This record gives sequence, structure tokens and C-alpha cells, in this order.
Amino acid sequence: MKAIRILTRSIRDSFKSVFRNFSLSLASISCIAITLIVVAISLILTYNVNNFTSKVERDVTIVAFLDTNIKEEGRQEILEKLKKMEGLQNITYESKTKIGEEMMNSSDIFKNIMKNWDESESPLQDTYLIKVENIKEIGSIAKRIENLPGVDIVKYGEGMVEQLVSLFDLVRKICYGMVIALIIVTAFLIANTIKITIFSRRREIDIMRLVGASNINIKIPFVFEGLILGVLGSIIPIITTTYGYTALYEKFHGQLFSSLITLIKPQPFVFQVSLVLLIIGILVGMFGSWRAVRKYLKI
Amino acid sequence: MSLIVCQHLKKQYKTGVVAIHDLNLNIEKGEFCFVIGSTGCGKSTLIKMMYREERPTSGKIIVGGINVAKIRNSKVYKLRRKLGVVFQDYKLLNRLTAYENIAFALEVLGLPKDEIHNKVLKVLDLVGLKGKAKSYPHELSGGEQQRVAIARAIVNGPRILICDEPTGNLDKRTSMEIMEVLKEINKLGTTIIMVTHDTTIVNALKERTILLDNGRILKDYAKGTYKYESNKNIN
Ligand SMILES: Nc1ncnc2c1ncn2[C@@H]1O[C@H](COP(=O)(O)OP(=O)(O)OP(=O)(O)O)[C@@H](O)[C@H]1O
Ligand SMILES: [Mg+2]
Repeated sequence: MKAIRILTRSIRDSFKSVFRNFSLSLASISCIAITLIVVAISLILTYNVNNFTSKVERDVTIVAFLDTNIKEEGRQEILEKLKKMEGLQNITYESKTKIGEEMMNSSDIFKNIMKNWDESESPLQDTYLIKVENIKEIGSIAKRIENLPGVDIVKYGEGMVEQLVSLFDLVRKICYGMVIALIIVTAFLIANTIKITIFSRRREIDIMRLVGASNINIKIPFVFEGLILGVLGSIIPIITTTYGYTALYEKFHGQLFSSLITLIKPQPFVFQVSLVLLIIGILVGMFGSWRAVRKYLKI
Repeated sequence: MSLIVCQHLKKQYKTGVVAIHDLNLNIEKGEFCFVIGSTGCGKSTLIKMMYREERPTSGKIIVGGINVAKIRNSKVYKLRRKLGVVFQDYKLLNRLTAYENIAFALEVLGLPKDEIHNKVLKVLDLVGLKGKAKSYPHELSGGEQQRVAIARAIVNGPRILICDEPTGNLDKRTSMEIMEVLKEINKLGTTIIMVTHDTTIVNALKERTILLDNGRILKDYAKGTYKYESNKNIN
């Protein structure tokens, strides 16, 4: 009961204080807002790169074409060997008959040409479709598969895949680094801004101490004030991200440069980003206040 | 045991200045005790150690059963709740009314609203500020502001009231009025320790008076024995 009364009074005082010291609050709010916008851009970039990379990783398949004259036991032998190989995720077999049927079903022209083919004269080959666990190993795995007896050739879009993957890996790492660095910098920046705010309220803190407020009791209103500043500071970044990203998505019709790079759909993506921004804003605001007020509670 | 006990109390500031030297002092429950002495002799330092604004360098200080030198920062509030402190500059919050300033001291303790209301009205009456509850500090005279500060210090019913030159900014008549309030509070059972430069007050009240000189007790006049003539150390 007592604790609840102290808490509600603290919250009431925090709201009052934010608006009473509005010019100082505004400094903290702008500080939070500006950095959150940069955080938002990095987040959007990171998520999109992640999304793209994992999509590429999911899609990239090694196709192993088997010798045309291979028999059932030869196929089994290759399958056994593939199963023993490390780094493979899943292996599916597609017979030339099945491929042929699919082709015939896909167009009448194929159908007319292919229906007269005899089993022995078909140029199609039996294949194994192989997905790898780690896209970075795709080159070496493909080479090992190609060396298996009975495997004719191996294809996986070599060259382009590797370059894209390593490029996006780099972008992703840079973005992660930026987000983390930004959050830390913001936290300390805000701690400083709030320190200035709190400095002007030293008197208040001294008086609170004097009349017997416990340290936690003194901290709560300030930390709650930080929370309010965090919420207020994240409003503009949230609005900017939500509308900005949606507009961007629509302008580019969901793709960047080519249909290969698809953007994440704005919904629910922007809400997730907004939530992350809000949480970062709140945590950073609270942390800043807590750090700033701590200094004045020591003798 | 005495309400306040100092044993071999010493305070040396970081600057090297020794403000209090090996000081021994007992103050009993219900006493009214002046602390006088020339400027810089360590009066404020002595009482600051009582409400744990400063830590002693060595020695013992026990206030109301609390070993003040030993308590941790996070527990200082427990001591502060047992005593009230009044300063020369009142230390009121300018954005709060007289009533709110006093209520503030109870709000941080988490008291319910109606209890706060009753206590604040009672204490406002005691210091003679019944009609000024809604006034802001800048609307009050110095004497009235000091009454608010005193009211805030005692609203919680502390056993000890510590005053550091409470009449320092006030004229003679207002000072005597404040002294009347303090005497009244003392009569109700609160022990009062008051630092002052005003020998007229000390002479008029003839309460126990401790004369400090260079961080040492030069003289400890028992109640009724203080005479202005006997002391040339006060400026
Ligand atoms: N925070 C501090 N740091 C360093 N030295 C201090 C500090 N506070 C006081 N002193 C020194 O300690 C000595 C005693 O100071 P104190 O404030 O106790 O004197 P005082 O008797 O209250 O003086 P006054 O009558 O002027 O208020 C002085 O020499 C002063 O300069
Ligand atoms: Mg002093």
C-alpha cells in the first residue's frame, strides 16, 4: 500500500517534471529522436539484408546431373556417398522421366517434340537436388560432388551467388555494428543530457534526501521521467519509419534494382521495427536517467 | 544512553583542513543546545556529521541509537527520518506552496493523503502559518519561509531538530519570533541543536551553549550559565 502510494506519486511527479522543465526535456527528446532515426535506418537495412540473404540461402540448390547411362544401383551408390558427406541439408532425387513429364505438362511445344522420344535417346539426365547447410561452403561441396563417379556435371549458379553472399554478409556485419554502437553512444549521450537536466534539480534531490526519502524513492521519479522521455523521443522516429518505409516500398514496388532483391513487406515489419525503437528509446532513457541521478546520491 | 554521543570525533576534509579535533560531547533527550564559535571553527561540520552529510574521519558518533559513521549511503534515509534539519537559506521548493512543501516530506514516506492533510494543518498551526498554506515561497517573508522550513522539518515528529543558523538571514524581531517557535517545539519534547552567531539570542535564552574554537570544545555552558561577556571569541 505504502509502496503503491510512493510509486503513484513518483509517476505523477515525473509527468509534471517533464513538462515543467520542458526546454531541457526537449533536448533529451531530440537527442533520443535523432539517434533512433539512425538506428531505424540501420535496422531496416539489416533486416532487409538478412531477409535477402536467407532467401538466397534457401533457394540456392546444387544440381548434380548424373551420367546418362547410369543404372539404379549406381544411383543408390551416389546417394549413399552423398548422405555420408558433411554439410548437406537435404537431397532429393528427380528422375529424367519426371523432369520430362513436367516439361511436357508445362507447354504443348515440348509435348509435341518429346512424346516421340525413346527412352535411350532422351537428352535429359537423372539429377540429385542438394541443399547445403552453410552457403559459404557451397563451392567446395559442389566440387566434391562433381568428383564422385557417376556424376556428370554440377551446377549451382557459381560466381554470382558467392559474390552476393559475401557482399551482404559484410553489409549485415556493418549494420549490426552500427546499431550496437549507436545504442551505446545514445545511452551515454542521453545520460549526459539528463545529467544537465538533473544538475538543475540538485536542490530538489538534496531536499528529498534531507526529508528522508530513500535512494530508490528518489531514483524512481527520475527513471520514470527517463521512460517518458524515451517514449516521447521515439514518436517521431516511429512515424518516420512507418510512413517512410511504406512509401519507399510502394515506390520501388517491393524490389530493389532487380526482382532478385525483394524488400520485406511493410506490414507487419514496420510495426516490429517501431516496437524495437520504442523499447530502445525507453531503455536508453531509463538507463540515462538512472546513471545521471546515481551520481547525486553518494556522499 | 544520551540521545547524541560523540566520542573522539575527528573530521579532516580532503583538502587537509581539520575541522573537528578529538571532540567528546553528550546531548540528552529534551535538551536545547546552542553551538557557537567564530566563523570556520567547525560548527557546521559538527552538525553535518550528526545528520550524515559528512562522514567523520575517526571516532564515534551515535544519534538516536544509530551509529552514524557506520551506516551505508543507501540507509542514510533511516537516520534522516529520525531528525529534522533547518538551514539559513530555508531550502524550500519554489514551485510548491507552503502546504505542498511540508506535505512533500510526508509524501516521500508514503503516508496516505488524509493523514498528510491532518499533520500538515497541525504543524502549520504550530508555527503560526495557518493562513498561508496556499502561498508560494516568493510570496512569503523570510521569517515565514523559515517557519515553513521548520514545519517541514518537524511534521514527521522527529526526536531531534538540527538548525544551522536558522535566523542568519532574519532581522532581530523576526529572529526572536522564530526562537519562540523553536522553544515551543522544544517544550513538546523535541531535542534541538542550534548553530548560531547571534549572541543576543543565546544570551536571552540561557540554554546550554557549546563554544567551539578551532574544532575543539572551548567551553560547555550548562543551562542558565551563559553570559555574553564571558566570551570574546564570537564575532
Ligand atoms: N566541504 C569542505 N571541504 C573542505 N573544507 C571544508 C569543507 N567544509 C568546511 N571546510 C573547512 O572546515 C572548517 C570548518 O568549516 P565549517 O563550515 O564547519 O565552519 P563554521 O563554524 O560552520 O563556519 P561559519 O560560522 O562561517 O558557518 C573551515 O576551515 C572550512 O574552510
Ligand atoms: Mg557554518
